[in-house]
Amino acid sequence: MDELLKPAPVKRPFLSTGVIILIVLALNGIVWSILRFGLGLGAVTNLNNQYPWGLWIGIDVAAGVALAAGGFTTSALVHIFYREDFRVLVRPAIMTAMLGYTFVAVGVMFDLGRYYNIWHVPVMGNSNSVLFEVGICVMTYLGTLYIEFFPIVTERFIGKVHLKGALRFLNRPIDSALRWIDNFLDNTMFFFILLGVVLSCLHQSSLGTLMLIAGPKIHPLWQTPISPLLFLLSAFAVGFPMVIMESLSASRSLGLKPEMDVLARLARFVGPLLGVYLAFKIGDMVIRGTYVYLNEINFASVMWVVEILFGVIIPIRMFFWDKVLRSRTLLYLASLLVIFGVLINRFNVFITAYTPPYILKPYKPSIGEISITIGLISLEILLYRTLVMIFPVLAQPDKNYRPKAKFAIRGVIR
Amino acid sequence: MDQSRRTFLKTLGLVSFSAAGAKKSKATPTNILSDDRMGVLVDTTVCIGCRRCEYACKAEHNLPAGDIDDYNDRSVFERLRRPDADALTVVNQYPNDKEDRLPVTVKVQCMHCDHPACVSACIVGAFSKQKNGAVIWDESRCIGCRYCMVACPFQIPAFEYDKAIEPKIMKCDFCYENRTSKGGIPACVEICPVEALTFGKRYELVQLAHEKIRRNPDRYFDHLFGEHEVAGTSWLYLAGQDFKSLDFPDVGTDPAPGATEPIQHAIFKFFVPPVALYALLGGIMWLGKQNREEEE
Ligand code: SF4
Ligand code: SF4
Ligand code: SF4
Repeated sequence: MDELLKPAPVKRPFLSTGVIILIVLALNGIVWSILRFGLGLGAVTNLNNQYPWGLWIGIDVAAGVALAAGGFTTSALVHIFYREDFRVLVRPAIMTAMLGYTFVAVGVMFDLGRYYNIWHVPVMGNSNSVLFEVGICVMTYLGTLYIEFFPIVTERFIGKVHLKGALRFLNRPIDSALRWIDNFLDNTMFFFILLGVVLSCLHQSSLGTLMLIAGPKIHPLWQTPISPLLFLLSAFAVGFPMVIMESLSASRSLGLKPEMDVLARLARFVGPLLGVYLAFKIGDMVIRGTYVYLNEINFASVMWVVEILFGVIIPIRMFFWDKVLRSRTLLYLASLLVIFGVLINRFNVFITAYTPPYILKPYKPSIGEISITIGLISLEILLYRTLVMIFPVLAQPDKNYRPKAKFAIRGVIR
Repeated sequence: MDQSRRTFLKTLGLVSFSAAGAKKSKATPTNILSDDRMGVLVDTTVCIGCRRCEYACKAEHNLPAGDIDDYNDRSVFERLRRPDADALTVVNQYPNDKEDRLPVTVKVQCMHCDHPACVSACIVGAFSKQKNGAVIWDESRCIGCRYCMVACPFQIPAFEYDKAIEPKIMKCDFCYENRTSKGGIPACVEICPVEALTFGKRYELVQLAHEKIRRNPDRYFDHLFGEHEVAGTSWLYLAGQDFKSLDFPDVGTDPAPGATEPIQHAIFKFFVPPVALYALLGGIMWLGKQNREEEE
């Protein structure tokens, strides 16, 4: 029988060398943020009238959304396709998706010239605009993710609300409110789970439609009418590698035993998913005849080859190889390659491929843009660490726990 | 079709942001292409590059215009310039294919497309095509996402990058506010000393242009730029040589929003696909649950 695993807050000292480095990077990002909001976009970015979108849209937003795909893919696998054997992965996946989307939203705020008008989107939205669709789906999905995470919060605090002093009388009402919400969410969660998956499919694909309107400004290697499909397929493919990468990283840094057997079983899905993506990508290339652009060696063609070779072809081979699935290091490496591939793909679509008709000054991300992007990622990792220490997210072996039989499903307790 | 889809997205929007009570303004811009819409015919074979239009445009829009005599300085022609936040129109100079000593000068500004990509793209409907042909931007809606700049095939809208608060999207507005909406003529057209710019109804300008080409086949390259480009623009150009040599972009004759609107509409047609997906996944989930309960 499997070891009994139960999600619980991780007990570890918060600080470590890695954490201190992250804090420094985050602080650096915060300093640049002050400049960004104090002096405007021009002061910290290299964006200009020829290149209105840069690193922040390409990486923080587009890649950020794609790499948060672990949430909806895992939740679909476990809750919709009833693969209970992957249940231990749901909580961390939902939590990282929640963090990921939160930072996508924050990243958008950095990029918007009039960020304080963001509420115009739901109120005045233009339904012909692809960006509107992306925006509204991301907003709604972010809300859905918070709802999906909430049962973890109630679980943490039910029966443990101990306010002191004058606020004491609040203990009981808060506790019953939490119980009520918990019960309510228990009965309605299926609605939010389905909603989350549908919204994800919508905006993951619409992100791929975004650059179609830029027409000839986008390099033909990436400018294809099936771009939304490619974005959706690559989001499917990158979801599980993200979950694997996070799980392995977290267990290493928090000193937990990695759930290698669960992860290896999850990894079996990755090869076929990536294969489908590759088939469409290559099929599209053949049909449109864009392989001619690979004859010339330039930045775009090199980036295309890097994206496909290292990000898709090599990891496909790896995920179809049992040795990789058994080895912690190789599995980690293979997952990182898929993540890298999708990251580079989004970077390519939004930045490499974008060539305006009149270039007065080429675009290279500025120190400020890079600092803020890195700062946001560092903050995200720090928050992850904080949350798993407060809330029961990561599954750990539990010796004292006596499961009620009806909750035990194949050795894993909810 | 559009309506149902919008309602769906709107409802989602209201769920995520309980923006109840907020005044709902008309969202998706409808394209009202009036037959009587106005336009400007730019005859680059007449333009002398005096840049008076640049001056008039700035003065009209309260941008720092400087002294009108500064515009006689032809050294600015040494490098390519583009409209930006401080200049809604600029004149560039190109070598003349036929006559070396007489360079060609070309005024650049928003083309006021008949099917504008910026209008289709803008997330909050801040851009709109007016009855008189002008494509204008509404400051009170814009959120500064700069998607309009990504979309515009002529690379026209500019952004005030140096402003931390209330940065504007700046582009030629056809002098809509104070002139063309009241029957006036644009400031640049008014000041032009050689009548290189002709303001009038678009269909009349098209006729006029073809008439000019017919009468002077030696003078003109046989193409009216803007008649069919991106399915038509309000500003039209005549030239003595191939437009490619004058840096006009190769944009094709399909409306610039291209495939995006059909894809958008296909995904959301009666928003069947999202609802169908929801139902499908819900069905799978329900079946799985039944199976599991039977097992127990
Ligand atoms: S030229 Fe660009 S900014 Fe002007 S109407 Fe056309 S798409 Fe819009
Ligand atoms: S920058 Fe303003 S006008 Fe341009 S697309 Fe965004 S909201 Fe619309
Ligand atoms: S029409 Fe008005 S805004 Fe446009 S270039 Fe002429 S003067 Fe400037």
